[in-house]
Amino acid sequence: MVRAKLSSLKEGRWYEYAIRFALGGASTAVASIIADIWGPVTGGLFLSFPAILCASATLVESHERRRKSEHKMRGHRRGTDAAALETAGAALGSIALAIFALAVWRLTPNFGAMSLAVGSGAWLLVAITLWRLRQHARWTR
Amino acid sequence: MWRTLDLDYALRFLVGGSIVSAFAILGDLLRPKSFAGLFGAAPSVALATLMLTFGKEGPAYVATEARSMILGAVAFFVFGFLVCQLLMRFRLPALAATGSMLAIWLAVAFGLKQIFIG
Repeated sequence: MVRAKLSSLKEGRWYEYAIRFALGGASTAVASIIADIWGPVTGGLFLSFPAILCASATLVESHERRRKSEHKMRGHRRGTDAAALETAGAALGSIALAIFALAVWRLTPNFGAMSLAVGSGAWLLVAITLWRLRQHARWTR
Repeated sequence: MWRTLDLDYALRFLVGGSIVSAFAILGDLLRPKSFAGLFGAAPSVALATLMLTFGKEGPAYVATEARSMILGAVAFFVFGFLVCQLLMRFRLPALAATGSMLAIWLAVAFGLKQIFIG
């Protein structure tokens, strides 16, 4: 069951959000610079560049280690497990990311900017479906 | 001309940062963690870029970028799979695992582009 845990926001430090804002902004600006210099074919590749995942996996790992060290325990193993789980989820999400891109590619000529909304909906639907299939596969194994 | 370009990149930085942060907060909020991980591959940078590109370059340019993005997403899957292996089997720190595999993402993405688009 998917749920929202508001208290998890308190675990984050202000500078972690600042890092993600800066990294997200920089990724967007760099993708545009690459497209301006080398064209949309090369620039488009960088719309799937996993820079944000590098930051989020590192932050998740440090959160788990910090939580363990507060209880006077070593959290190396727990930290890498949490980062691996985050990365496995993102690998699954990358299939949905490809579906988003496919929808935008095929729909843009006829539907214009509306294709972004349809693509986002398709991303969410595919991501949730894949996650549920994975959960189902783990339970029935 | 340079001034217009600077403003355009600054706007992209702000919009990209905001959308990525919104997805990151959603990822932090949601449980279980395996579901939240999906937001690590959210189309946040793509949404920010393509929204602004529609106005500046038009739909044909956006469609070309989206076609290449599919190949980038395939490279992302390979990247995610390998990082997961490095973390689980070799217990590398997350920054080292993800940082070293960025080279693999570049190789796979450009290799696929060369094969399928040229």
